[in-house]
Amino acid sequence: MTGMIIEGKTASWEVICGVEIHCQIISKSKIFSGASTHYGSDTNENVSFVDAGMPGMLPTLNEHCVYQAVKTGLGLNAKINKYSAFARKNYFYADLPQGYQITQFQYPIVGEGHVTIDLADGSTKDIGIERLHIEQDAAKSIHDMAPDKSFIDLNRAGVGLMEIVTKPDFRAPEEVGAFLRKLRSILRYLGTCDGNMDEGSMRCDVNVSVRKVGEEGYRTRCEMKNVNSVKFVMQAIENEAKRHVEVYESGGKIEQETRKFDASTGLTKPMRKKEYAHDYRYFPEPDLLPLVLDDDYIAKVKTDMVELPDAKRARFVKELGLTAYDAAVICENKETADFFEKAALGHDAKKVANWLMGDFFAMLNEKKLELKDSPITAENLGKLVELVTSNVINGKTAKDVFVIMAETGGDPEKIVEEKGLKQVTDTGAIEAIVDEVIASAPDNVAAYKAGKSNLLGWFVGQVMKKSQGKANPAIVNKMIAEKLK
Amino acid sequence: MAIDKETVKKIAFLSHLKIDDDKIEETEDEFNKILNWVEQLSEVNTDGVEPLVSVNDTNLTLRQDVVTEGNQADAVLKNAPQAQYGYFTVPKVVE
Amino acid sequence: MTKLTELTIAQARDALKKKEFSAVELTKAYIDEMDNKRKFNAYVLETPDVALAQAQKSDEKYAHGTNGVLEGIPLGIKDLYCTKDIRTTACSHILEGFEPQYESTVTSKLLNAGACFLGKLNMDEFAMGGSNETSYYGPVVNPWSKDVPLVAGGSSGGSAAAVAANMCAAATGTDTGGSIRQPSAFCGITGIKPTYGRCSRYGIIAFASSLDQAGPMCKDVRDCAVMLNVMSGYDAKDSTSAKVEVPNFEAFLNQDIKGLKIGIPAEYRPEGLNAEISALWDKGIEMLKARGAEIVNISLPHTKYALPTYYIIAPAEASSNLARYDGVRYGLRINGKSLDDMYINTRTEGFGKEVKRRIMVGTYVLSAGYYDAYYLKAQKVRRLIRQDFINAFEKCDIILTPTSPVTAFPIGDKSMQENPINMWLNDVFTVSVNLAGLPAMSLPMGLSHDGLPLGLQLIGKAFDEGTIFKTASALEQDAAFRKGIK
Repeated sequence: MTGMIIEGKTASWEVICGVEIHCQIISKSKIFSGASTHYGSDTNENVSFVDAGMPGMLPTLNEHCVYQAVKTGLGLNAKINKYSAFARKNYFYADLPQGYQITQFQYPIVGEGHVTIDLADGSTKDIGIERLHIEQDAAKSIHDMAPDKSFIDLNRAGVGLMEIVTKPDFRAPEEVGAFLRKLRSILRYLGTCDGNMDEGSMRCDVNVSVRKVGEEGYRTRCEMKNVNSVKFVMQAIENEAKRHVEVYESGGKIEQETRKFDASTGLTKPMRKKEYAHDYRYFPEPDLLPLVLDDDYIAKVKTDMVELPDAKRARFVKELGLTAYDAAVICENKETADFFEKAALGHDAKKVANWLMGDFFAMLNEKKLELKDSPITAENLGKLVELVTSNVINGKTAKDVFVIMAETGGDPEKIVEEKGLKQVTDTGAIEAIVDEVIASAPDNVAAYKAGKSNLLGWFVGQVMKKSQGKANPAIVNKMIAEKLK
Repeated sequence: MAIDKETVKKIAFLSHLKIDDDKIEETEDEFNKILNWVEQLSEVNTDGVEPLVSVNDTNLTLRQDVVTEGNQADAVLKNAPQAQYGYFTVPKVVE
Repeated sequence: MTKLTELTIAQARDALKKKEFSAVELTKAYIDEMDNKRKFNAYVLETPDVALAQAQKSDEKYAHGTNGVLEGIPLGIKDLYCTKDIRTTACSHILEGFEPQYESTVTSKLLNAGACFLGKLNMDEFAMGGSNETSYYGPVVNPWSKDVPLVAGGSSGGSAAAVAANMCAAATGTDTGGSIRQPSAFCGITGIKPTYGRCSRYGIIAFASSLDQAGPMCKDVRDCAVMLNVMSGYDAKDSTSAKVEVPNFEAFLNQDIKGLKIGIPAEYRPEGLNAEISALWDKGIEMLKARGAEIVNISLPHTKYALPTYYIIAPAEASSNLARYDGVRYGLRINGKSLDDMYINTRTEGFGKEVKRRIMVGTYVLSAGYYDAYYLKAQKVRRLIRQDFINAFEKCDIILTPTSPVTAFPIGDKSMQENPINMWLNDVFTVSVNLAGLPAMSLPMGLSHDGLPLGLQLIGKAFDEGTIFKTASALEQDAAFRKGIK
């Protein structure tokens, strides 16, 4: 797939984009203190004196945050740096109690890697990962509680973050969208970040520039911070790229700056400019020694790795015969994939996939339920499919059984048994009904024989009706066709 | 490397300190004295010398992921010059 | 009988055990002394009620035989140590009224050992200064002053003066570039800065994190050993504290120093060094020689560059460490129209001149375009300075030098007020040790012609405070400084 091209008045322009994603690390305690990371606690309750930047307080590094970062690095096919170090990024802000953020600068814990994204036309593209480093999150301030004051809650201050920086490999907003979805999927598979953009546990900064098609090198880029949904990210890129083209074509110059995305208009506007504000004066954090990992540690994390979405998809296609599309949908979410695998165990996997993606998802949607709260268990869904494949019930009955399962959470075998829904495969019993139907409709018999072959369906319908849906439709079909020959 | 008034203003800005206009020149002079003095270091040949970040020869010790602190909002807010509804408050931030 | 307040910790401890007097009596004696000697301005906060309540508990513990190592010993605490519910300001206006809700690890250890805290001691603001004149609470007056009030040295000036004037049995200090050793020398007491990492920095207000170390300031060498044993040890709350065993420092006292190799660095005797100080140094060398130690001439070639290196690295770290003082969560707030105005007003009003100077120097050397030329360069020279010591210690076991090139000078000295570098030059013999992370002690060895104390410095290998104590106890006996002043 080719990238997005903006046709300007003077030239065709190509969109260049890279992203920086801040991902909150899943851990019990904060990255540099023993306070809880729990979301939604009372104001300033999850705050240690370290988080509050009290005098004389010192950071101590949470080993689980290191583990999560290494695990994520492996999931991004990236190089794990055995030597990494922390640095201070200095700036004043209400959300930053220490007056600096402890981050990694020169020596990140994870180096280059890549993520394969899937594009709408079925092709794939590798997006380069520049680095992943760990750092502390900022506090939260609320600006709309009083006309003259801002309110600061330090609960989030010091929660561990992984900042993932991509190379400027994106050429279209859709590619960024696909990347964010894939990244979220990987993080959730790994259990290192819950990936909820709307809750802010995954936040995206986007860098956008444009260049004429065929031009070498990069032009000045603008950064948009904290765009909080995939849709907005794509919108922001498109509109920002168009703005660049307009500026260039009217003879203007793009200034390197940070811009704010306005979700209500879809447009970006410059943030209040501050002279010299971006001189962060990074220097090595003297309160923390360098972080050194050994091969054994990295090997140990490797053994904890789970099968990631791409590998799982490939296996579902190859071993279970799923279509690439079905496998992609099922594998985007680890819980769905796990549910599917459990349901498909020992049954017709393709049919299970059809049920899952059809009636099953529709049912969850309708009932507004999460997968984990589904009344139909994976085992029962498998059993239902098996009842159909082994001709115990027909497809239509299965739909009815499914509805009962969704209501009661019952076992399909028991439901079929109790309600007497087993399909009739006794040819003698079916033949009696078939004969009765043929005898009752001489006109249709004549018409059929005269060539109106689509009447076959009418006869089958009549038989199914008289059998209360329990007759095996295949047998019925075959028998009627024989008798009317 | 002599510094000028603009640099003094920039440094004051980054430090979040105010220097009165009539003190800028004095600060500039003092700065230049100090910088001239520390510039002796340029005499030292440091080719191939690794910067020394820490005198500790050991690696970082990590902490277990256990919640050990918290539920002490009163203590956290005890010294706040201004607080309301359990929050620290500051002059309104305009974004 | 000796006044109670003149007793060393070791003497008081033994007397308390024998119930010759009670901890409450001892504490009261110190409180009286504090009342009598307020003119020295050594304390910025007196906590007699806290001390007496602790002393009462100590007496109970003596009665039950459950006393700790420092049970009932009244101490003064430098105002840089956070003490729970006791105002802690680093002698800065910006921390006005700050009452920490936590206790520093070192003061916790002292409390657990039974010590009583008499109050918080004056110091240079945020430990930035060499004369205690940058304190928001005004300068400390050196108890050795005669007609003209002299400085007590800095930054732990209040600690040194309080110990010298018997206003506490011992005090805590901190040392970033000489802040324990130089005031100890000026006030005629003994102080040791241990190896970086020996004492936890948790709860000690940071000045320059890679250089700051806590240490005791005492009446004699033995007291330093007793105090340091209590103050030392690995602390999981300080990632830079060392997982190294803490030996019994008292056991090193009075050990034979025969054959010990004493390094004498040529660079510490620059042309024009004060003749009295030079002579004192020679006297120290002779004393050690007489006890069978071997004198070895060594070279620390980068000594000259230690000061400029220090005055890049320390302000750089300080500029960042002091960013948290913004008027939001504690201390002073001067309101403003916007958040930035509030920050700027608070910091401009809250910090003193020297602190602002160092914040700005530190900000400059870290800023874009200058980092490599200043900060990175300084870090490289710092490695060379450390390497000098590593090389020297291949030839010797311990190094002997003067502590300071000068004796206590008058408060408000013009040349130092006019040019900050003149003040900084006083740190010339002490800063290298911090840059290299080594332990060093200053001990009083004699008096100048005008009756002011002179100190010598012993520098040890990393985590070898033991050899310092061994050597210091020999010098202390030979110099008999404390006998001389009685």
